Amino acid sequence: MDAVTSLTYFVPELILLGTAFAALLLDLFIPKKEVVGLTGLAGVLAALAFARCPADAYPLFYGFFLLDPFSFFFKVAALLIVAVTLLAFLAYRPRTESVSFPGEFTVLFLFMAFALILMGSSNNLLMIFLSLEFVSVLSYLLTGFLKKDSHSKEAALKYLLFGSVASGTMLYGMSILFGLTGAIDLNVIHESLVSTAVPQGLVLTSLFLILVGLGFKISMAPFHMWAPDVYEGALTPVTAFLTVGPKALGFAVLVRLLHTSFLHLQSEWSAVLVALSILTMTLGNVVAISQTNIKRLLGYSSIAQAGYILMGLAVSNEIGIRGVLVYLIAYAFTNLGAFLCVILVSNHCGTDEIDSYAGLSEKSPFLAFALTVFLLSLAGIPPLAGFIGKFYVFSSAIQGQFITLAVAAALNSAVAAFYYFKVVRLMYLAPAPSREPVAHPAFLLIPLWIALIGTVVMGVFPNLFIQFVERSLIL
Amino acid sequence: MSHLLSWIVFSPLVAGLGILFVPKSKMDWVKWIATGVTGFGFFLGLLVWAQFNPLDTGVQLLEDHAWIPQIGVHYTLGLDGINFPMVILTLLLSFLACIGSFGIQEREKEYYFLYLLLTTGMLGTFLALDLFLFYIFWEVVLVPMYFLIGIWGGPRKEYAAIKFFLYTLAGSLFMLLGILALYFFEAPHTFNMLELGTRTYPLFFQQVIFLAFFFGFAIKVPVWPFHTWLPDAHVEAPTPISVLLAGVLLKMGTYGFFRVSYPILPEAAQWFRPAMAVLAVIGIVYGGFVALAQQDFKKMVAYSSVSHMGFVLLGLAAFTRDGFNGAMLQMFNHGVITGGLFLLVGVLYDRAHTRDLNVFGGLGARMSVYSGILIFFSLASLGLPGLSGFVSEFLCLLGTFPVYRTLTILSLTGIILAATYLLLMIQRVLLGPVNPKWEKLADIDRRELFTLVPLMIPILVVGIYPKLILHYLTPSLSALLTKLGVLIP
Repeated sequence: MDAVTSLTYFVPELILLGTAFAALLLDLFIPKKEVVGLTGLAGVLAALAFARCPADAYPLFYGFFLLDPFSFFFKVAALLIVAVTLLAFLAYRPRTESVSFPGEFTVLFLFMAFALILMGSSNNLLMIFLSLEFVSVLSYLLTGFLKKDSHSKEAALKYLLFGSVASGTMLYGMSILFGLTGAIDLNVIHESLVSTAVPQGLVLTSLFLILVGLGFKISMAPFHMWAPDVYEGALTPVTAFLTVGPKALGFAVLVRLLHTSFLHLQSEWSAVLVALSILTMTLGNVVAISQTNIKRLLGYSSIAQAGYILMGLAVSNEIGIRGVLVYLIAYAFTNLGAFLCVILVSNHCGTDEIDSYAGLSEKSPFLAFALTVFLLSLAGIPPLAGFIGKFYVFSSAIQGQFITLAVAAALNSAVAAFYYFKVVRLMYLAPAPSREPVAHPAFLLIPLWIALIGTVVMGVFPNLFIQFVERSLIL
Repeated sequence: MSHLLSWIVFSPLVAGLGILFVPKSKMDWVKWIATGVTGFGFFLGLLVWAQFNPLDTGVQLLEDHAWIPQIGVHYTLGLDGINFPMVILTLLLSFLACIGSFGIQEREKEYYFLYLLLTTGMLGTFLALDLFLFYIFWEVVLVPMYFLIGIWGGPRKEYAAIKFFLYTLAGSLFMLLGILALYFFEAPHTFNMLELGTRTYPLFFQQVIFLAFFFGFAIKVPVWPFHTWLPDAHVEAPTPISVLLAGVLLKMGTYGFFRVSYPILPEAAQWFRPAMAVLAVIGIVYGGFVALAQQDFKKMVAYSSVSHMGFVLLGLAAFTRDGFNGAMLQMFNHGVITGGLFLLVGVLYDRAHTRDLNVFGGLGARMSVYSGILIFFSLASLGLPGLSGFVSEFLCLLGTFPVYRTLTILSLTGIILAATYLLLMIQRVLLGPVNPKWEKLADIDRRELFTLVPLMIPILVVGIYPKLILHYLTPSLSALLTKLGVLIP
């Protein structure tokens, strides 16, 4: 499809770009930064309104992007995640220094939404690399936004260094693949790999090198080292976004890549992913136990969650791929919700230490209740969203007869419950140091309620969400 | 009334959600709403009783709707002889324990909300006939229980609460894997327990799945050596919650054997029988000895539960009609008797603020009504003929004797031990010279009597005329035995 026709299918993305530039200009002239933030939000919602689920796969811009139900799924996800993050920013009070937001943040997040959508619809190596780098650069900027905060600076630098190495490794893998097949389109690569006699060792090498880059994005062990520091150092809304947005889209790329170009090598990469999945969840859960900072705790928990999602991909049967998407929805609702609670508490207490959650149920019963629901959902307790996600990935492992994986995941879930309940225990069982009520800004309450209702409804009526996932995987 | 079972399961939940919106100034309403709805539940239970046909071995009052069609999950509730007594027991105990909760003064709103959520979870577990639904209710029980122990419990409540939670969660996760394996074993995939029970599976598969379920159920019962959470949880929990823990939650484990493991995995059940019998006897004897050594009244009752639940397991391992009848009846009786004993411990503790058996003495002279009731429940618990505990334990032993002679003889020690620790308890608390410290202890009051007397009726009636309950169980249990390949004489 040529460029001009493609543009008609590219309306949401164009809206995002247009709003981004408009917000940039507005930021210069308007002193009230909330207006900029709300403009950005309006742009995201407009993009969402114009997004249409395609009936077929449309190769846009001469096949550089693929508009199909799968990319539509991730487009909706990316836009919703960014919308929630923008709302969170409007209510966020940073502790250390006054930064002029949400002006610049709004712009960065609009670009981020655009980049994420590109990532979800990239169909060739070049676009995958470019969109991934686009997302990464924006993430570095967002992480290092607090110029005078040493945590933030350290986190950004670490992120940048790790990220550069990961990207370089991935690019190297891509170059090998290109050298072997002479193609960058994922489908063409697959045909060429199947039809011509290429040395399998080289193909696998290139695959695993690419896996390094993508593993970095989804915080898969052993490429997760950046994650806890970045999650701790970044502003809490940024952390909330980073644990959900780039991770979800990283999985999108991974699924597309493995299921288009490397489908015939499933038995090879499946074994590796099983091992990495077990490693990721175990490491995340075990280290999370000893954390005293809620952002680090949720950071490690999100590493562990990536391990569970990887289960579905490692098994990669029909239910496994569904599981990846179902889990991602559940995880997005739950993790964003949990971080929104963290924002409210840190606005109130001025610290992210877990001890500051003591007696929260007396100070703010609603907030304590909401956070408990989110933590229970992360722990996979029914009938909440997280359980449905876990149910799917467990199902895929059992159906694929990956018994070790299933047992490891079950043991991990029990361990994880321990540290989630550490927070619950403080909120309900420990006495409150003061009874000063927690402020609930409306900007945060709206996304918080959405996350809460989403978490519960998805647990009780998962069929609505499963239907959406199944439609996205039709092709 | 249609959808009677759904009403039973969900009316507590609805009332619980309603409680959250009761204004602060009307805090009194909360407990009356909770009492009203649990009382209503018991009334519905009586309606069910009237409609239930004991001669029908099939499922009655069935409700079946598609819930998550993509993975074949159904919302299936139904009643037969196996869960009928459990449902009645749960409805009775949750009503009485709710009245027993009036002593709770702090954070009432949260308490009754969690209490009603727990009630929904317990009833759902017993009524669900779809494994997915069963698992959900099974897990729903855990969370409110964690809070109920953790917030309103005794000095070591936090430790007890998280220990209970993690233990049972670990067990149930293996159960979840077992459920999934059953689901995927054969197309068309289904979670329907009755449907799964009609299929046949290879022995090795059955053994693995049986083991997975065994972890989930054995921790709940609890079977020795998985019992270590029990004394902590029972002792630290507030009185009404101990009643539900001992009276209902433990039965969820043994019910699981009757409902899931045995009918779906009959050959594996045969294969595991000897192991279960041995574990049962260890539990009976060990629980009895440890109960004998306790200074704490509540801990003694807690360990006696380990011992008494061992008889249920023994009857389960017997694979005879008497054994099964005894096991099922023992579940009901133990719920009523131990529920009553925990209430009695609570009555004493509310007045004396201690449970140390050594500091009491001569209370028989001060609290005569209390003493009478305590003696009644103790005699029921130690198996005095004429009271219900005797009938069920006798049936368990009768059913097991032809099969495992030595083990049955060994398990008789448990009855002797029960008599010893219960009579010693009576001697230390009620008899002897009056400790002057307890001169002013008031006798049991009307509200407490109201929670205890309804429990004494079934003990006496079942003790004299056990057929009243047995004739609801026997047809379903005989059908189960036939399925297990046992010929009924």
